[in-house]
Amino acid sequence: MQSFSWLTSIILVPLVGAVVLMLLPAAKTELAKRLALFFSAVPLLMVIAMALQFDADSTAEFQFVESYSWIPTFGISYQVGVDGISLILIALSVILVPLVILAAWNDADDAIGSVKGYFALFLVLETFMIGVFAATDVFLFYVFFEAMLIPVYFLIGRYGGPGRQYAAVKFLIYSLVGGLLMLVALIGLYVASANELGEGTFDFTTLTNLNMDPGTQKLLFLGFFIAFAIKAPLFPFHTWLPDAASASTPGTAVLLVGVLDKVGTFGMLKLCLPIFPAASAFYAPVIIALSVIGIVYGALLAVGQTDLKRLIAYTSISHFGFIGLGIFAMTTQAQSGSTLYMLTHGFSTGALFLIVGFLMTRRGSSLVKDYGGVYRVAPVLAGLFLIAGLSSLALPGMASFISEFLVLVGSFEKYTVAAVIATTGIVFAALYILLMYQRTMTGPVIDSCKKLPDIRGREAVAVIPMLVLLVAIGFYPKPVLDVINPAVDRVMVQVGATDPPPTVQPASESNAEGSEATGEGGAGQ
Amino acid sequence: MTELLTQGLGEVTRWELPDLQYRYLLPLFVLFGMAVVSVLVEAFVPRAARRTVQLFLVFGTLIAAFILVAGLSGIRSLAGGGSIAVDGPALFLQGTILVLAIMAALLIAERDADPAGDAFAARANALPGSEDEREFTRRGWLTTEVWPLFLFSVTGMLIFVSGTDLLILFVGLEVMSLPLYLMAGIARRRRLLSQEAAMKYFLLGAFSSGFFIYGAAMLYGFAGTVDLGGISDAITNQAGPNGLLLAGVVLLSVGLLFKVAAVPFHQWAPDVYQGSPTPITSFMASCVKVAAFGALLRIMYVALGGLRWDWVPAFWIIAILTMLVGTVLALTQTDIKRMLAYSSIAHAGFLLIAVIATSEAGLAAAMFYLLAYGVSTIGAFGVVTLVRDSTGEATHLSSWAGLGKRSPWVAGTFAVFLLSFAGIPLTGGFIGKFAVFEAGYASGAGWLIVVAVILSATAAFFYGRVIVIMFFTDPQEDGPTVVVPSAFTAIAIASGLAMTVVLGVFPQPFLDLAEKASIFVR
Repeated sequence: MQSFSWLTSIILVPLVGAVVLMLLPAAKTELAKRLALFFSAVPLLMVIAMALQFDADSTAEFQFVESYSWIPTFGISYQVGVDGISLILIALSVILVPLVILAAWNDADDAIGSVKGYFALFLVLETFMIGVFAATDVFLFYVFFEAMLIPVYFLIGRYGGPGRQYAAVKFLIYSLVGGLLMLVALIGLYVASANELGEGTFDFTTLTNLNMDPGTQKLLFLGFFIAFAIKAPLFPFHTWLPDAASASTPGTAVLLVGVLDKVGTFGMLKLCLPIFPAASAFYAPVIIALSVIGIVYGALLAVGQTDLKRLIAYTSISHFGFIGLGIFAMTTQAQSGSTLYMLTHGFSTGALFLIVGFLMTRRGSSLVKDYGGVYRVAPVLAGLFLIAGLSSLALPGMASFISEFLVLVGSFEKYTVAAVIATTGIVFAALYILLMYQRTMTGPVIDSCKKLPDIRGREAVAVIPMLVLLVAIGFYPKPVLDVINPAVDRVMVQVGATDPPPTVQPASESNAEGSEATGEGGAGQ
Repeated sequence: MTELLTQGLGEVTRWELPDLQYRYLLPLFVLFGMAVVSVLVEAFVPRAARRTVQLFLVFGTLIAAFILVAGLSGIRSLAGGGSIAVDGPALFLQGTILVLAIMAALLIAERDADPAGDAFAARANALPGSEDEREFTRRGWLTTEVWPLFLFSVTGMLIFVSGTDLLILFVGLEVMSLPLYLMAGIARRRRLLSQEAAMKYFLLGAFSSGFFIYGAAMLYGFAGTVDLGGISDAITNQAGPNGLLLAGVVLLSVGLLFKVAAVPFHQWAPDVYQGSPTPITSFMASCVKVAAFGALLRIMYVALGGLRWDWVPAFWIIAILTMLVGTVLALTQTDIKRMLAYSSIAHAGFLLIAVIATSEAGLAAAMFYLLAYGVSTIGAFGVVTLVRDSTGEATHLSSWAGLGKRSPWVAGTFAVFLLSFAGIPLTGGFIGKFAVFEAGYASGAGWLIVVAVILSATAAFFYGRVIVIMFFTDPQEDGPTVVVPSAFTAIAIASGLAMTVVLGVFPQPFLDLAEKASIFVR
């Protein structure tokens, strides 16, 4: 389609960076860090350049398409392309990785593994993350999906804190069980396509046009869905996340919760729904119920946590419930909200994890009880923590508010009870965030916090962009929603769902503008 | 009975010299001839020069045999009076066996890993711990007899994957196995363990041979022929169940399942893998597996394909048991060689799915899987030979702690092999599993695949555990060292690594080859 292979280049740059890093002598840690930053900044610039050429209203399903035959025996090709949803998530990945590298500058200095290895793993992970969102061949998607495990496994196991071995193995096993179930479904899909078309294929677009019988769909859907539900993680497949997040370094936790888990929700939205429309409709009520349980359950457990990293992990479980609810409510607003939520959650949780990381490097503990009155000694740090927290509880004016609101409005139309129960999640969110802030930042300064230094230049540079983006999108979400909406509309067509007729006739606005007006109107309140 | 006898006699009187088609049998003749020459080298070449001569001889022979096998590609014919097949599966598997044998030979040839010499006892007949043994070791004697044994064994494997009648198959089986029993028993270190392994292997191997030949006799009784095609015809023409046939199939299967180490005939594998000299273990774990599966596939597909619905249910159970027992017992192992042994049992279970599929896709998948599994296995055992302490190889898992910190490249290489065994994408093991599962699913064994997949995830736990030990824990104070090997082992491990990655990333040429080669001649 176009002369330059944008996506392949973006996928390869971090991988090249990782190889370069590994070839450096182990002693050159400072150089390794700088090179890592460089090799993660290049994809960011390339994605920006690519996004500027992206045509949101294009009729083509995917843009920047590249396709090469890879393993023709099994109908597998190397095929990449982006639509609005994957572009947003690729953007999330390439923005977060350089920030994480910056924030994690000194994380690996005392680890078992080498410093260059730590940053090389981040870069390898970045390659796989971009690849998984860009893949339009389901097999290629699976390859990236599984391959992602390896860098994360090493990041947790080699560089994490106490309990890292247990957490790493638990993460690996959970993910592998999911991944392998997906493999069975993948094979089933291949065989089904071979039966129908005479020749098996993994091409996404072809697969969405298959006429599988509902019985097969229901079985294969489960294979994919369980894999994604474990990855996301959706209640009741979530128990690995708090362990993994609390045992890993803050940088790893950001990528784990911020991006990796989005692969699960992305897969539900972009694979499960379009390929298995009948099964999606069949299972939707169950999944919505699980999502709602997850929202409340995650929030309640978050309130009770004594460890900051575990607390944030549980808030994420609650938030993933919202995303799941939005996806399976199958209305345009809810799905747009979910997609936006994937982005905003990445930033707000990312910022929270990084700030907790800064606290830990200062105080050496992630327990709530070890902090008190921090805002007196480190006001800027505390302030940023508050902003990130407010974003996490979806304060109006923050981007997360828009996404959460869209999800709730969108699902209210179809699943009123679920939406009502989910709304209590917002109340709990205020509770766990504000309690956390109150316990750690306000009150008298406890002895161990008296000499806590405030945020430093490098750390501020790592966190502030996320918060700026959250506020910016919160006030003006139109450009992001304009990119997301056409892609979501296409998913709605593929899954054969329609929005319920509006109870109040809209004046003369089109659907997309209507939803965005709701968002902005809400933000203004 | 008398009638049968006279019939047989009648045939004998009309017997003519069969056309052997020497051109097609050339690889076998070269190997066998050179094995004999190798024996003569042992007898007549002075001790000092023996090793060098043997190395040239062995590698030259293996490479020549490989070229000859490759030269036959595309031919589909019977040779040797109809008892040797020259067809796709035979040639593909012979090629695989020869490649793996070259890699194993590289490990066997290693002399720098152990300060005392190679992996084999200075003189196999010197009592362990005796004065003699010390004396021979001091003189630096080597058991170069391993080379003729090795060549004979490879010859047997080549026959085993290409034989089309049960007697030739039996000859192949014995020529393959007998040298292995000896080679298992001549380890330089931990000699009693090695001799025990040889004894166990011999006894159980003899049993399995007994089952095999007994089954062959039964099938002859049923079909009146030992030819696989003839047996297939007899099965097609039979009316109603037949006791001889049933007994023959069961006994023959038992004999073969012994060789592939399927549960419940697997007990020999861990002890033998652990006790044998590690280079020989690598040879057994890879080449014997390939050869045994080659024969199993040929017999099940060609001779007993018509009986599919009768043996498939039993094979379902065996496959599930094999995967389950291999995986679960591997979880509990603390010795790396035993763990790899149980892992190889589990892999046999996965391969049985391809046997169950009884389709061209299944055959192609099994052949690819065997290649991918074989190269990773030799590589993995190659790494095991390098991790040593003062008593020899440090095979206890705990002594591998922190290896990733001390020797990141060696540990990293081993990790790649483990990931391939676990079936992680971008390794050959994954494509192999995918191919096998795909063939199984397409033949209607969907639920078997689900079981296999769940057990794969379980298996990942113990592969992952080794990675945890190597990378996530601190090294021990007096832990083993990783010796720097000579080019022999280095090439073997490096080519294992390269093949594992290539088979995972660019598998298409090999899949093509396997696919084209996936029709048995009969």
